[in-house]
Amino acid sequence: MSNRTFAAAAFTIALAIVVASRFIPNDYFFSAAYTVLQFIILATAWNILGGYTGYVNFGSAAFFAVGAYSTVFLYKALHPPLPVMILAGTLAAGVLGLAVGYLTLRMRGVFFAIATLALSVVLYTFVVNWDYVGGARGAYILQPREVPFGLRRYIHLLYSAMVLMTALALVVARAIETSFIGRGLAAIRDDELAAECAGVPTLRLKLFSATVSGALMGMAGTTFPFYLSYVEPSAAFNLSYAVNSIAMPLIGGMMSWVGPLIGAVLLGTVQQVVQVTISSAWNLLIVGVLLVLFVTLAPNGIMGWVDAWRRRRKR
Amino acid sequence: MEFPTALVLNAIIAGLLLGGFYAAVSVGISISFGMLDVVNIAHPAFIILGSYVAYIVNERMGLDPIAVSVVLSPLFFVLGLLLYRIYYLCFEKRGQESLRGLAFFFGILFITEVALVLIFGVDYRMVQTAYSETTWRLGPVDFPMRLVVPFLVSVTMVVGVQLFLTHTFFGRAVLAVAQDQLALRLMGVNPTRVKGLAFALSIATAGVAGAFLIVIQPVQPALGREYIGLVFAVCVLGGMGSIWGTLLGAFVLGIAESFTSTFFGPSWAPAVSFGLLLAALAFKPSGLLGR
Amino acid sequence: MNRLTTWFSAGLLALSLALAAPVHAQQPLKIGFGMSLTGPLAGNGKAALIAMQIWAEDVNAKGGILGRKVELVYYDDQTNPSTVPSIYNKLLDVDKVDLLVSGYGTNVIAPAMPIVMQRNMAFMGLFGLNVNSKFNYDRYFQIMPAGPEPAIGWTQGFFDTAMALAPKPQTIALVGADAEYPALALEGARAQAKRTGLKVVYDKTYPPNTVDFSPILRAIQATNPDLVFVASYPPDSAGMVRAANEVGLKTRMFGGGMVGPQFAALKTQLGPLLNGIVNYETFAPDVAGKFPFLDQFLAKYQGRAVKEGVDPLGFYLPPYAYAMMQVLEQSIKAVGALDQAKLADYMHTYEFDTFVGKVRFAKNGEWAVPRMLTVQYHGIAGNDLEQWMKPGHVTVLAPASYKTGAIMAPYHDNKK
Repeated sequence: MSNRTFAAAAFTIALAIVVASRFIPNDYFFSAAYTVLQFIILATAWNILGGYTGYVNFGSAAFFAVGAYSTVFLYKALHPPLPVMILAGTLAAGVLGLAVGYLTLRMRGVFFAIATLALSVVLYTFVVNWDYVGGARGAYILQPREVPFGLRRYIHLLYSAMVLMTALALVVARAIETSFIGRGLAAIRDDELAAECAGVPTLRLKLFSATVSGALMGMAGTTFPFYLSYVEPSAAFNLSYAVNSIAMPLIGGMMSWVGPLIGAVLLGTVQQVVQVTISSAWNLLIVGVLLVLFVTLAPNGIMGWVDAWRRRRKR
Repeated sequence: MEFPTALVLNAIIAGLLLGGFYAAVSVGISISFGMLDVVNIAHPAFIILGSYVAYIVNERMGLDPIAVSVVLSPLFFVLGLLLYRIYYLCFEKRGQESLRGLAFFFGILFITEVALVLIFGVDYRMVQTAYSETTWRLGPVDFPMRLVVPFLVSVTMVVGVQLFLTHTFFGRAVLAVAQDQLALRLMGVNPTRVKGLAFALSIATAGVAGAFLIVIQPVQPALGREYIGLVFAVCVLGGMGSIWGTLLGAFVLGIAESFTSTFFGPSWAPAVSFGLLLAALAFKPSGLLGR
Repeated sequence: MNRLTTWFSAGLLALSLALAAPVHAQQPLKIGFGMSLTGPLAGNGKAALIAMQIWAEDVNAKGGILGRKVELVYYDDQTNPSTVPSIYNKLLDVDKVDLLVSGYGTNVIAPAMPIVMQRNMAFMGLFGLNVNSKFNYDRYFQIMPAGPEPAIGWTQGFFDTAMALAPKPQTIALVGADAEYPALALEGARAQAKRTGLKVVYDKTYPPNTVDFSPILRAIQATNPDLVFVASYPPDSAGMVRAANEVGLKTRMFGGGMVGPQFAALKTQLGPLLNGIVNYETFAPDVAGKFPFLDQFLAKYQGRAVKEGVDPLGFYLPPYAYAMMQVLEQSIKAVGALDQAKLADYMHTYEFDTFVGKVRFAKNGEWAVPRMLTVQYHGIAGNDLEQWMKPGHVTVLAPASYKTGAIMAPYHDNKK
């Protein structure tokens, strides 16, 4: 499938899902699906830098928060329409991604991971001390009373936006993976020095993938303030974003765009279900056990399993 | 901004005392992550476990938590041995450690946390010691025993670890593992066994650090998460695999924090600490005393 | 790919089955909420849950409400606000609860507000700080006794007491954690300082995970303030109190907005270190006479709390969680139906008689009259819990109608 066909197919499916969802009477579906979709974007975006390029980003929460707080800022300053806020948050996180891309100049491996973690702490401190966006006190972002497109509730609009953004993230990830960029990134992942010697423009590719990865993570955060109505730094910088955006691709498989998608759907859904069924300290335990089991039993993720199984069948 | 002598002196002492504590929580990471390349992100969870062990013995028998933790550190050593065994079988043996190991330890972090919640509940726990409320005063400078005792034991422990590593056969074997595993194998030493023992040592330090933590502040099961950033920051800032570096890095962060708190605004302390770390990573990636 | 699609649709089917609501014939009266049962605020969340369960048992023992048994439907919000929208949508659309109440604290109340407002439900909040100032929802009610202007009501007692000191204090230092509650309390304290003409000589915040507080207290001492107002959460309250002791803080009043000394954990652990500290409480044994019937509840609560490993005193939050349910109970019984508009109307109009005393709600859903107690701890020796259960160690300084004694100032003289 060419990238164009894939994009067309993805957006058609996304639109179809959006339209079909209008007939679901149950709002729980929308808020649960919103959360899962948000994790699909985060996982897919993380994988562009982490899976394709081999640079582990520990600061996903920071990018997510940049997207969220850019919305808070614009809401307070100009009150523009939602698409503008989404675009602005995506760009802002992209700029941060570019900066992180420059970090890769000097550090690799775990050092890079620690640096992104440190960056996240520094940004957190700035947000806490930035009174205009609410500081430690948090900011209230009220959902508009009027919902466009004849939708019943604002959450339906947020959900629909999330579905389309998910399609975009998947299309971008797949396009990168199947193009010369993806091959260049894979070369960097396997042996950066050798890639450099072979004429791969490593720096430019790394900057590109860091920027795209950051921008998409930020995009996932732009609608978050409206989803919650109340944002404060510890919610936007929550550890669960950093953990999940690493864990999900790991569980699904990091070599292709399908992996993060499967991982996020699986782990995200399990978390949603467990939250309303078991609802006690045990739910954290289940996530923990799942994580340990998957990385020990399926080291290449679910897609790793599938690939191995396919290979066996071919023989 | 004024810098009166008494405030400056106190800031230095407070920073050193704090740094001593930071060194204790980080020295284990310096061993496991710095020397063995095991990204043990669950290290702070074992520190909290240590806090609860010290707490329960103190509560039931009224013994000093730090003394208890030192006596019981072999338990943590054994726990470390077991954990490394699992880690080795599942990851190192297959040669795919770093990222999967990370996720594995994240899982362990959550599991430990939940276990503590289920056993002890979610309330804050503290201990009372004979010295908790004593403060020595030397002129204008205060020495609160609540921080001095952990500081002294911590520095002793860290120096002890360093001497152990440089002055015993086993210790040198650990240092050798960090540099060249193949050479070690050729010399007839089993690197896995050495790594297992070293990892166990790192968990044993976590148990002791946990006692310091609960002497210094109230503890609840999820507190460990707050320390993830800090322990790695100290380890990387000091220099990977250097114990002296860890001690120095901890002092630098402690003093940076107490100066920021005293003279500028405590709210900025994390930005200063982690800004220092970022600068160190960017300009001297090997850390202060790195190899 | 084909197989993948099959699996996918099977998964979707399972999900939709899970989401479909079962139909009941004779239903109990369901009250739904999210509560923090894990995460940093789980201690309070669990304590509140116990209180609400005791309420449900009490009500059911008397035959329920409107002839229906009461059932609590609750989920763990993990002290994570982003879980709240799905929890409340599930409660409404899947569990079909009849009534909603909130979880503990502003962070989890605010995300539930838009959902509650869309359905026009009456909504009881459990210790949210000024949540309604932005939403202006006329069916929101709040059980914490901070008054119609929470930031002001919260700090009123501390400042009233301070300004009655002779000679009048001139300067104040403000310090608090970088988090939602302390930020609001500090905002209130700033307004109070302005009102009373106090000069603010120190006004800084610190990150919640600070380990050593002595540098902060030394910086404060260097400004030599007459009063020190602290807005903190439990771990930092403990750190502050200990550091104040170690630094030898000298000031006339110290405390004000510390969360933590209300709970058994900090009361017993800090013990004598609390002597002289002025702080807020929502209940004290010294004024138990004003809280009739509360002792029955506390006896029930304390038995269970020890088993669950939560606050064994239960003075702070649990009575109010119980009272919150009493308000609902009395409204439903009076209205005789579950009509949300009528319930809200009733709650706006009438006074309620609860375990925490008489409650009347203001227009914005807060208590019409603030009733935060400003207290001073004194005469505490040793670390046992017993002394805290009896009157004599907690002097109530404000409000005037609850006053049991005079302040002992300055703070450091209480240390001898």
